[in-house]
Amino acid sequence: MEISLDLLLGAVVAGILLGGFYAAVSIGVSISFGMLDIVNIAHPAFIILGSYAAYIINSSFGIDPIVSAVIMLPVFFLLGTGVYEVYYAVFERRGDEALRGLAFFFGLLFIIEVALILVFGVDYRFVEAAYIGPTLRYGPIDLPLRMLVPFAVSILMLAGLQLYLSRTFTGRAIMAVSQDRLALQLMSANPGRIKRIAFGISIATAALAGAFLIIIQPVEPSVGRDYIGRVFAITVLGGLGSFPGMLTASILLGIVESITSTFYGPSWSPAVAFGFLLVTLAVRPSGIMGRR
Amino acid sequence: MRPLTFWLVAIAVGAAFFGLSLLAPNQYYFQAGYVVLQYIVLATAWNILGGYTGYVNFGVAAFFALGAYSTVALYKLLPLPLPLLVLIGGVVSGVVGLGMGYLTLRLRGAFFSIATLALAVVMETLITNWDYVGGSRGAYILRPAQVPLLGNYIVYLFLVMLALAVIAIGIARSIERSRLGFGFAAIRDDEQAAEAAGVPTLRLKLVATTLSGALMGMAGAPLPYYVTYLDPASGFNLAYAVNSIAMPLIGGTTSWVGPLIGAIFLGTVQQLATVTISSALNLLIVGLLLVGFVVIAPNGIVGLVASLRAAMRARGVHRQWKRASREPLPRESPR
Repeated sequence: MEISLDLLLGAVVAGILLGGFYAAVSIGVSISFGMLDIVNIAHPAFIILGSYAAYIINSSFGIDPIVSAVIMLPVFFLLGTGVYEVYYAVFERRGDEALRGLAFFFGLLFIIEVALILVFGVDYRFVEAAYIGPTLRYGPIDLPLRMLVPFAVSILMLAGLQLYLSRTFTGRAIMAVSQDRLALQLMSANPGRIKRIAFGISIATAALAGAFLIIIQPVEPSVGRDYIGRVFAITVLGGLGSFPGMLTASILLGIVESITSTFYGPSWSPAVAFGFLLVTLAVRPSGIMGRR
Repeated sequence: MRPLTFWLVAIAVGAAFFGLSLLAPNQYYFQAGYVVLQYIVLATAWNILGGYTGYVNFGVAAFFALGAYSTVALYKLLPLPLPLLVLIGGVVSGVVGLGMGYLTLRLRGAFFSIATLALAVVMETLITNWDYVGGSRGAYILRPAQVPLLGNYIVYLFLVMLALAVIAIGIARSIERSRLGFGFAAIRDDEQAAEAAGVPTLRLKLVATTLSGALMGMAGAPLPYYVTYLDPASGFNLAYAVNSIAMPLIGGTTSWVGPLIGAIFLGTVQQLATVTISSALNLLIVGLLLVGFVVIAPNGIVGLVASLRAAMRARGVHRQWKRASREPLPRESPR
């Protein structure tokens, strides 16, 4: 196959936009798995829940999906703190998170998916917004607005969270909690409260990521599964808990996937993330920007 | 019970069960029984890694479907007898399990779990893109209608799966009572301490993944003959993973009895629910039971029974003590 430069350039740009979206999907896991050591494999299910929340608000009130996701942020935050309360009381306090904690989140993933299937069926759902149709064209480069808008909002969210974590007391406490609980207590911060807030934030990001997802493509309940491999590949590759590393990894994965689907067909792209993950685990488990 | 005696008893129970099933009024019982037996194999296989060493495998569907698809691939090449196909399916999945374990088991446990989760997605992608085994359209398998001696082919499939279930349980119990099993338990309780005490942890974990993967592949190998039409979406169905994890956790993970009880209980409930209610709802039931048991009864049904018996015994002791305390103490006779 002859690789034309225009096609390659287009694929790279599409990949960067896709990468911005992947960053929004992975940031929640980057917080929960990277900083809190909670292996929340149900995160993609929460994202699908976010998509359906945006779908319901958009289709019944005609509100823009991103605005409706912002409205849903507090709800998802509370949902997250609630899930953490259960997780803490049942598993973390008993020191039982390895086997049963994982099974708990796996069951949660399954319950959310099947519940959505029972309520909404397996039909694809989509939202309506002014920016879903049009595309900006600069020579060989296409910038579809339905990719560009999530990309921009996602970068904003990332920057906002990075500022929050590095500048505020609570933010710094979140970064510290996985490193040294005792030291954190000596700084008069309650580790349980800090972790609850952090997990709430990580689930809240799923509301926005879900809205992005349903803007980019129609959604049905089992779509979330495709993202499990991607999300963890990105989080591990980015070096657990580092946002700049995670963004780099997202964009890298976005570009590689976009090139793969342009030149070999879209049915191969799920395998790319796994290849990424395996190579990372085998070669450099601390990720590209990891400290260890 | 000595291992040899246990094997003999297990085989005898299996044979008796088969004899009993021949009285079944129609073939539906073989259809349903096959599924329950298949879950006994899957749950026991999962438990060898998950329950004994504490490493969670989410990719059951990948190992299972790999066994099934190796049958499909060979079916197109040359006709082989079913037991041989089962063996080949086991070898293929076992090798994948070994490779998977080698790549990820040197890291923290969570990485292994995540990698297995991704393995299922990628295997599905590979099979979907492999036209030789049908690709996304799926593959048809023609099975002979009759088998000599047994009559209908479904009876033969049932018998093969029954034998696999007996073998899987026998292996699981032998492991429990052996050096290997004590090594596994040491890894589960404290891996660093085990390593420091001289347990070859990586090698033992690789044995567990290989064995567990191989048994899952063996359970999957007869599937194409059972369903006669196999496509990636049904072979890699997430229900296999959820069930294989839920059954040991509901039954109890520390011994071979747990997965057996869990598989029989949950498998039967599902067969009934699928017939009477809907199949989506019955998966929801499995998810809820899994989360419910993990939260409320962390040691499963076996643990519940054990603590109930301990409580009864404690009450018995208490009653004896009370009766004893009501009686006057025997006075010591002066010398």
